[in-house]
Amino acid sequence: MSEHYDTIIIGAGMSGLAAGIRLAHYDQRVCILERHYTIGGLNSFYRMGGRDYDVGLHAMTNFARRGTKKGPLAKLIRQLRFRWEDFKLAEQIGSSIRFPGVSLDFNNDIELLESEIAQRFPSQVDGFRSLCDSLLDYSDMDGSDERFVRSARSVMAEHLSEPLLIEMLLCPLMWYGNARENDMDFGQFCIMFRACYLEGFGRPFKGVRVILKNLVRKFRGLGGELKLRSGVAKIHVEQGRAVGVVLDDGTELTAERILSSAGTVETARLCDDVTEVDVARAGRLSFIESISILDRMPQSFGFDRTIVFYNDSETFHWQMPEDQLCDTRTGVICSPNNYLYDGDEGELPDGVLRITTLANHDRWCGLPETAYQAEKVRQYDQAVESSVRFMPDFRGYVIDTDVFTPKTIRRFTWHDNGAVYGAPDKQLDGTTHLPNVFLCGTDQGFVGIVGAIVSGISMANRHCLQG
Amino acid sequence: MTPAEIREEILDILEDISPDEDLDDLKDDVPFRDQLELDSMDFLDIVMELRKRHRVQIPEEDYGALASMNTTVEYLEPKMRDIVKS
Repeated sequence: MSEHYDTIIIGAGMSGLAAGIRLAHYDQRVCILERHYTIGGLNSFYRMGGRDYDVGLHAMTNFARRGTKKGPLAKLIRQLRFRWEDFKLAEQIGSSIRFPGVSLDFNNDIELLESEIAQRFPSQVDGFRSLCDSLLDYSDMDGSDERFVRSARSVMAEHLSEPLLIEMLLCPLMWYGNARENDMDFGQFCIMFRACYLEGFGRPFKGVRVILKNLVRKFRGLGGELKLRSGVAKIHVEQGRAVGVVLDDGTELTAERILSSAGTVETARLCDDVTEVDVARAGRLSFIESISILDRMPQSFGFDRTIVFYNDSETFHWQMPEDQLCDTRTGVICSPNNYLYDGDEGELPDGVLRITTLANHDRWCGLPETAYQAEKVRQYDQAVESSVRFMPDFRGYVIDTDVFTPKTIRRFTWHDNGAVYGAPDKQLDGTTHLPNVFLCGTDQGFVGIVGAIVSGISMANRHCLQG
Repeated sequence: MTPAEIREEILDILEDISPDEDLDDLKDDVPFRDQLELDSMDFLDIVMELRKRHRVQIPEEDYGALASMNTTVEYLEPKMRDIVKS
């Protein structure tokens, strides 16, 4: 006799855990199944050599101050019955977009970015304001607005005539949440514009583990079940409906419905009524991250930026490197030290710099083990060499390093191609070819930590609670 | 439950789903939406909390009855009159 649930959730990342809390709060019997031995998916954490590392998180976007009533962070705190203290975020000091010869600073107040644009691109500031006025609201993000799928580049060109400014504004937004190569859906652009420029960046002092631990504690406290090392091998379909899942070890579980954060293609592949999936629909953009632990704080050598998004030419190339392991022409430099932590929190134990660059999943996964280890070292050096063109050279202060690659991301997320932001075409209504299987997480739409949590909440509300 | 007890219960639910709102000055004849930052997700929560706490079922076509405190209490009165306040 197999165990029966109201809802089975595939994946214990941000979206699955959030959905689980909603359903367990309303007395559903819920089980979250996670293939990996730890929670978090893309936004996970690990400990190595006595130090804590975050995977994924550079900054939490969608910053909001305590007590704010509107916006995604306020919404998730309410919906999950958290307190603001549970999501206590320190604000960024400030971030920069750096291209050859020009830099734009921004922080959590849009006035700074606007004044930077007024200084560097005086003719563009009115266009920037009209672009801000044309943004879709979060309430238009259910996919019904036809502007959602317009090209962000073409909408921007209606407001801005300076191509370099368009490239610069797109760079952080694509880095932090665009699964599509070269261009971006305007809807996704609006989500990311609000998340990064209008709301801004914050970080919990202890990193992403605080958020995950709060989510798991709440889920378990409500009676939810979480099974780690429990990969779903198959979604069993009978007469056009999912009846349950079969785990990798053969265990069978049944459920009224399934909510999957595995991704569109990945979920379809699990369904035993599907013989072939369209792998071309999967995303391709994956990253490598080169982490440096320093013997001093970044501010001690004049680096106070929270995040630097850099690109070494006037054109921003947002595509998977076809012929090489990595593309270091563009990257993101992040320092978790450069946040305005409360006095009673003190300082992080070490100076840390993380550099993210674009990488090719298949090439990384095709490397034999010894070559893989050697390339991690080589590509770390290249990423750092590329980044110090846009910040003070820190190479003399490095006391420890770590690198994670698309192979690591694949292991944590199980997404095809280690695609960090999933498939380019989002399934905003969360439906699949089966009437009782739904999507949440990366491939449903919202990305980032707050976005993923909101995705889990809204799909649970829409498909699993009502009726 | 009496209408006054139902009103208390609704206030308790609002307090639960929206702890940062000041409910002391809530006007019973003014729509919730006009005085509180409630969206459709929050209205779903009112419905779900009533179901969870009192097994009161509110079909989707009746959600409009939850516009203000007065209309909500009036709508719920026949459904909750036989519930004993715990």
